[in-house]
Amino acid sequence: MRRVALKGILGRKLRATLTGFAIVLGVAMVSGSFVLTDTINKSLGTIFAESYAASDVVVSPRDALAGEDSADTGSAPFPDSVLADVSALPEVEAASGSIEDEATLVGENGSPIGGGMGIALSVDPPADEQFNPLQLVAGAWPRGSEEIAVDKATAEDQGLAVGDSVGAAADGPVETYTVAGIVRYGSVESLGGATIAAFDLATAQQLFDKQNQFDFIRVAAAEGVSSQELVAEIRPLLPETAQVRTAEAQADTESEETQSEVNIFRYFLLGFGGIALFVGSFVIANTLSITVAQRARELATLRTLGASRRQVLWSVVLEAVVVGVLASVVGLFVGLGIAVGLNALLAATGIDLPETGIVFSTRTVVVSLLVGTLIALLASLRPALRATRVPPIAAVREGAVLPPSRLAKFGLATALAVVVVAIGLLAFGVFADGAETRTRLLAIGVGVLLLFIGVTLVAPRLVRPLAAALGAPAARFGGSAGRLARDNSTRNPARTASTAAALMIGIALVTFVSLLAQGLKSSFADAVDELFVADYSLTAEGDFGSVSDATVAAARETPGVTAVSAIRSGEGRAFGGTVGVNGVDENLSAIIDMSWAEGSAEVPAQLGADGAFVNDDYADEHDLGVGSRIELKTPTGEVLDLTVEGVFAEPKGGSPFGEIAVSTATFDGAYAEKENEWAFLNMEGGVTDENTATLTEALATFPDARVETRDEFKATSISDISTFVNLLYALLGLSVLVSLFGIVNTLVLSVFERTRELGMLRAIGMTRRQVRRMIRQESVITALIGATLGIVVGVFLAFLVTQALSDEGIVFAIPVGSLVVFVLVAIAAGMLAAIFPARRASKLNVLEALQYE
Amino acid sequence: METTPIHEEAQARVLEAPVVTAAGVTRRYGVEGDTCVKALRGVSLDVAPGKLTAVMGPSGSGKSTLMHILAGLDRPNEGNVSIAGTDIGALSDTDLTKLRREHIGFVFQFFNLLPMLTAEENIVLPLDLAGGKHDRGWVAELTDKIGLSDRLSHRPAELSGGQQQRVAIARALVSRPTVMFADEPTGNLDSTTGGEILELLRDSVTSFGQTTVMVTHDAHAAEIADRVLFLADGLIVKDRGASSAHEILETLEEVSGR
Ligand SMILES: Nc1ncnc2c1ncn2[C@@H]1O[C@H](COP(=O)(O)OP(=O)(O)O)[C@@H](O)[C@H]1O
Ligand SMILES: [Mg+2]
Repeated sequence: MRRVALKGILGRKLRATLTGFAIVLGVAMVSGSFVLTDTINKSLGTIFAESYAASDVVVSPRDALAGEDSADTGSAPFPDSVLADVSALPEVEAASGSIEDEATLVGENGSPIGGGMGIALSVDPPADEQFNPLQLVAGAWPRGSEEIAVDKATAEDQGLAVGDSVGAAADGPVETYTVAGIVRYGSVESLGGATIAAFDLATAQQLFDKQNQFDFIRVAAAEGVSSQELVAEIRPLLPETAQVRTAEAQADTESEETQSEVNIFRYFLLGFGGIALFVGSFVIANTLSITVAQRARELATLRTLGASRRQVLWSVVLEAVVVGVLASVVGLFVGLGIAVGLNALLAATGIDLPETGIVFSTRTVVVSLLVGTLIALLASLRPALRATRVPPIAAVREGAVLPPSRLAKFGLATALAVVVVAIGLLAFGVFADGAETRTRLLAIGVGVLLLFIGVTLVAPRLVRPLAAALGAPAARFGGSAGRLARDNSTRNPARTASTAAALMIGIALVTFVSLLAQGLKSSFADAVDELFVADYSLTAEGDFGSVSDATVAAARETPGVTAVSAIRSGEGRAFGGTVGVNGVDENLSAIIDMSWAEGSAEVPAQLGADGAFVNDDYADEHDLGVGSRIELKTPTGEVLDLTVEGVFAEPKGGSPFGEIAVSTATFDGAYAEKENEWAFLNMEGGVTDENTATLTEALATFPDARVETRDEFKATSISDISTFVNLLYALLGLSVLVSLFGIVNTLVLSVFERTRELGMLRAIGMTRRQVRRMIRQESVITALIGATLGIVVGVFLAFLVTQALSDEGIVFAIPVGSLVVFVLVAIAAGMLAAIFPARRASKLNVLEALQYE
Repeated sequence: METTPIHEEAQARVLEAPVVTAAGVTRRYGVEGDTCVKALRGVSLDVAPGKLTAVMGPSGSGKSTLMHILAGLDRPNEGNVSIAGTDIGALSDTDLTKLRREHIGFVFQFFNLLPMLTAEENIVLPLDLAGGKHDRGWVAELTDKIGLSDRLSHRPAELSGGQQQRVAIARALVSRPTVMFADEPTGNLDSTTGGEILELLRDSVTSFGQTTVMVTHDAHAAEIADRVLFLADGLIVKDRGASSAHEILETLEEVSGR
């Protein structure tokens, strides 16, 4: 029986290959995601390892909000006296302090290099030469406030040589420096596109306003002292704002931090691999069902020869599993290839990571193979069970058909029950505010899966009416080929339904995304329209940056500017939870039109040293009103005792503010990073071309900020949403592609099944062209059924979710234009899928086809 | 199970227990009423071991239906069938599978070979399915007998109709079944090839003592049988010993004319 199954695959190579593709793509996505993120992780790990390669122990700033094991973003530097204390220990052989911050290098044309992403490091030769991860490739270490060293990649990219000058902006405006040397970060060629600017220690401390402070101290242990012992010796010497770890532990914590972000990205990608595999399982199940039906007589013969039901079952499952394994192997390597390609693409676009080689782990291999094989196995169960129901007598009956499944008479009831359960789960997941998030997400996930399955089960009943409606144009304008196409598509409703269902899934998710994005955009736009009454905004250039005080000061001094208000942001802990905290200027009300649930527009001006305003949701959650007290802990360990002065009614689409806002002065007293997320400003005469020119000119030397009017601000933010939506479309496109293979497969099998009939049609005068048109139109009708079902399901899902998110101001809006595009894409997909089957059908030899048994 | 033999030679066979017996078998197709066809209307018979029994009758007389029921492919509406002493009416699907493996061989009108397997693989397929050991000597003897020893690695599509039917006969014989059923084994072959196939069937009965039930509407085919049963309108109307084609044709005309 194994032989029957294995030889069966060989005998049905084409369909096995087409079925295999359904798995290859999904598995490739899975393996590619693993390889890519593993490789990125390893690269990042190397960067951090290089950073402390020469150290035994590292002293770093401590984030008072975080646990021992977390890294230290946004925490304050510690006093340089720590270095003297540490160096004095007999267990210490050498120690050196450093500054590590961010600086933007500016090219000759005044625009930021490397998208503005750049790190700044201090060098202090000869004291730190043994520790510093930087290595001099050319020139000398920078000395004094006029010199800089840049990394080799940037130097090559910008054509910089020792002695040239280059602009750099730390926390202030762009200053021009002389390139004293070219450096390299350990053995690493590039830091993922980030530039490196190195200054001497005193200059760095000065530039970043860290006089008499350090960000890090690297320590080498004396002979015979272990890193752990040294850590224990150093710990008691440290102030509250510093901590000490072994170099290894320090590198690990730092890389874990970034790796956890990479891991989120990995799960994101894997999610789409999962969707593609789910769609693939539909394709496999459908192909096998058709195959089983076409092989009914063969299976029955096997039964008469003594095959048991179990043997028949396993022969079908085995066939699927073998295809699954082979396809998974192919997918595994296709994924590897994609990851290698993407890596090369990243390198080509300048964000290359350190060359550590592609990471192809055992886990990647095992998971990819397992997942692909398991999907094939699961998908084969239903067709395999049906195969066992082929009665032996079918071996001798002409035109034997598969008996209807035992559940067939409960078919509609079962299908509707599945849909109802799915909707119930979805409603629970979306609306049950009380339940745990994890439970709700699980309910939503299972609900969506069941909804797809349920609709697929109902779909055979919908095929006839849908085909009649969607096939009407074909029947009307396509002549007899068109009419035949429409009739063919309803000939085996179950087959058409499950073929269309695979496409439905992709289209439904795409529709859902597009509706949600539409809702998000319009809710965001509403919020901006409500709040943004300033003339211009200054937003940070690049994704991670911020607007420096120097930039804000420069804006304030620009002629014609009447008011500038900056908004700082950070995190804190209050009432046992993490909150977003802002520092706001007194003139905030002049540039942002806030509505107040309690208090008035006077509030921002009257915050003083311990006043705060909170947003209405947070006030509701913790029962706060004017006069309530808040104890806010900041990353520096400072605890602020605040009194609520006002409650801000936040628009549904969001605002620049977190939960709690205090005055800029109070913020600065408790936060290390005095950086602004945004600044808004008004000018005499409002928005005019002249004003825009003046402002842009005045801020030309401040590469960290971008000047935008309200409409520009809206447009850039919305284009960020659009970019993300396009990424989602691309990833969902993979699932659509998988379902395309499903359509090809079904058509090829139908053509094969109708060989004799096609021969007859040709014999009575149908031209090759007409045959091709007939197949093509059948394909388009199937695709349109899939698109219709998908759009309906997608709109329904979006409706549910927007109802649940209506508090966030997300409206339910149907982007008609996008839906029309999806339908057109479905039609194109149908035509594409039909090319190969239509050719096969039109190439049939009439005589042979007629004799075909 | 004891049944009342309806044929004249019952006395001669009393010592040899029949391998297949049917008692009062009826089979209706379709629901009661106008559309109901009574394909069998109470058929009783038993098949003697080591003999070739032919079931003759005009088209539509119920021959195939009878054979399907005798072979356990179909179930009667009324009556009982037993094979090798087992009443098959009560058997589960699993037990029926076991019965097929041990006791039944099939030869089909359309050969029903598996297209992806070679001739040899087709022949040993029943052994593979039963999970037993191949008796190499026996398989060699069979392939020798069907005269296809040099074609064993060919696929059915590469064989002629007659060759395919030879493979099918070897496949039916390979498990040394208690009884081999053949439904119109020559129905899809020209008369020369058909003649060769009949010879092969006769030979397997003579040299291996293979009990065989053959359904046919062709008098020349029935000529090779040790016994010929005549079916008309779902009833056995005549039971003859070995007869010439001429005699068979006469009887056939007689029973069809009724
Ligand atoms: N599956 C079936 N459904 C309905 N009627 C059938 C079926 N099989 C056979 N019959 C009818 O039963 C009768 C006997 O058929 P069959 O046993 O095939 O006869 P034979 O093999 O002698 O030609 C015929 O009238 C035939 O039309
Ligand atoms: Mg017949």
